[in-house]
Amino acid sequence: MTAVIDQPANKPADKPSRWAAPPRPPWEEEPSKPGLAGKGLALTLAAFAILFPLWIVIVTSLQSRKTIDAAGGLVVIPKSITFVAYKELLTGGQVQRAAMVSLGVTLIGTLFSMAVSVLCAYGLSRVGSTGHRWFLMLLLATMFFGAGLIPTYLLVQGLGLTDTYLALILPSAVSVFNILVLRSFFMGISPELIDSARIDGAGDWRILWKIVMPLSRAVLAVISLFYAVGYWSAWFNASIYLTDQDMMPLQNVMIQLVQKQERPVGLATQINTGQLSPLAIQMAVMVMALLPVAILSPFVQRHFKKGMLTGAVKG
Amino acid sequence: VSHSTVPRSRSEAKTRKKTPGEDSPGGAAAKAAGKRAGKRAGKLSFRIRFRRDRTLILMTLPAIALILVFNYIPVLGNVVAFQDYDPYLSDNGFVAMFESPWVGFENFQRIFEDSAFWHALQNTFVLFSLQLVLYFPIPILLALLINSVVRPRVRAVAQAIMYLPHFFSWVLVVTVFQQIFGGAGIIAQTLRQHGHKGIDLMTDPGIFKFLVTAEGVWKDAGWGIIVFLAALSSVSNDLYEAAAMDGAGRWRRMWHITLPALRPVIALLLVLRVGDALTVGFEQLLLQRDSVGPGASDVLDTYVWWNGIRNQDFGYAAAAGLIKGIVGLGLVLTANKVAHLMGEQGVYKK
Repeated sequence: MTAVIDQPANKPADKPSRWAAPPRPPWEEEPSKPGLAGKGLALTLAAFAILFPLWIVIVTSLQSRKTIDAAGGLVVIPKSITFVAYKELLTGGQVQRAAMVSLGVTLIGTLFSMAVSVLCAYGLSRVGSTGHRWFLMLLLATMFFGAGLIPTYLLVQGLGLTDTYLALILPSAVSVFNILVLRSFFMGISPELIDSARIDGAGDWRILWKIVMPLSRAVLAVISLFYAVGYWSAWFNASIYLTDQDMMPLQNVMIQLVQKQERPVGLATQINTGQLSPLAIQMAVMVMALLPVAILSPFVQRHFKKGMLTGAVKG
Repeated sequence: VSHSTVPRSRSEAKTRKKTPGEDSPGGAAAKAAGKRAGKRAGKLSFRIRFRRDRTLILMTLPAIALILVFNYIPVLGNVVAFQDYDPYLSDNGFVAMFESPWVGFENFQRIFEDSAFWHALQNTFVLFSLQLVLYFPIPILLALLINSVVRPRVRAVAQAIMYLPHFFSWVLVVTVFQQIFGGAGIIAQTLRQHGHKGIDLMTDPGIFKFLVTAEGVWKDAGWGIIVFLAALSSVSNDLYEAAAMDGAGRWRRMWHITLPALRPVIALLLVLRVGDALTVGFEQLLLQRDSVGPGASDVLDTYVWWNGIRNQDFGYAAAAGLIKGIVGLGLVLTANKVAHLMGEQGVYKK
């Protein structure tokens, strides 16, 4: 995919605009007008179906109470822009606390998951090392069974993790699939490099840190994104392992405020004085949940394919 | 220094000579090499090999420990399915299962007599079938569409937009759908402004299964095209040129070259999907259980959640979960068997 995006089949010497079509191979027919129109229409429809709902949410979050009341609810065409909803949310209270919780769990969780996964993937990537087959079998077998919700719940309770943030990190800290993707990528690194480092006296820690990881930036970025999105999006574990409402992450607060339409705690002043529409607050919470992933994911897009190796499953 | 220069195997170098883009790290050659490696390594005593590889083993252990604790130990916890489990028999809920009385298959008997269980099972299959028919073909069509876009920037932008919803949480997807189809959504709002009655498609049990499928398509159909695009980009242009020389038009080239190139991927994804048939969107359904009611939204997973976590009937819920686990394992193995019979590779090799 990257290859196709980066290098059009017949790349001419002077770089054409990347918006322009690359030259057509001589054997290919000219596209028909209706065909092109149909393709454009289909693409536009798909993009519209994805972006229009997000547009409504973002626009409504930026409107004043007057505009929202005039529109009878959601606003499609913005009148003026005001950040009052965000200001209100970020001056403290339930939502700000929840956002900080989500941010903390995501950062610490992702670091922890990456450390554990990269170490394991490297440890398993040197074919022929002692025990490597056994460990691999142990990992692969988990793809065929799930322990089940109830036993896992009882175990997490038994370990005393309930009402701690560890319950949001540890049970989902390692993904076997991600380890296998990292491993297959590490196995592709030129063995001459690693062997020469070994001859120069570098141990496995140094080889991993100085050679393997710098050469794997793309796949490390993709897998980090996968883990981070996992932590950021998670709400179920918090809903069963946390009882203290003050500890809840952003997604759980979003369920209460947006889906179940409850009133936010600790920021009712502006709503009560009538300057701020509760709807704008709800939409602003949604924007806070979608913004980080919407900003981060396009940067890593070029490398997604590396994180999706279908062959990784076959170990 | 903890490392050692004892070579792991001569074939190690050979095996590692692979390009990162290659999608089969465990190909036949690698496997053969691995076997040879094992044999050669076997000549060294375990003590020497352990000393040589102790750093690697040490690196592997944290992940292995987490997997043992959170993936393997809970499997043993499934014994509560055969117990009248009472969490208060011990200070520790997990230890309590060693002290709870055994009741044999009583929990299973109760499950089979519960009409709600059969209803959840039926919902599971209805949702699975709908997803298979309505959802599964869409990523293939989208991939063909994207693949036919030749302008690099247009293509990158289209992909960025289509991948985006995959990274949204289920909470966000459900609340976004609420803003469109809900009672206060943009459709109902527009209808009301034009003097009609508003509609709320989010709480209608009759169409809930289509709503769930639509949410799934919105979130993940765009992401699903990646594997198909990868397969398409590996097709040699020479094939298309040769076919064009022989007079094959656009559609015939697609039928005879493009689609056969996608066949193994389609087969693999079908196998994975059928093997996972009993999982039809746990978080998504749980989120909407309150608004649409258990009748329309309960599937096996949410049935387990309701009885176990909500009603604290742990033994009963664990039994229901165990039924799902065993049937699911059977489905994975059967789906792979069928794939092998059809000459496809499936998830694992024979």
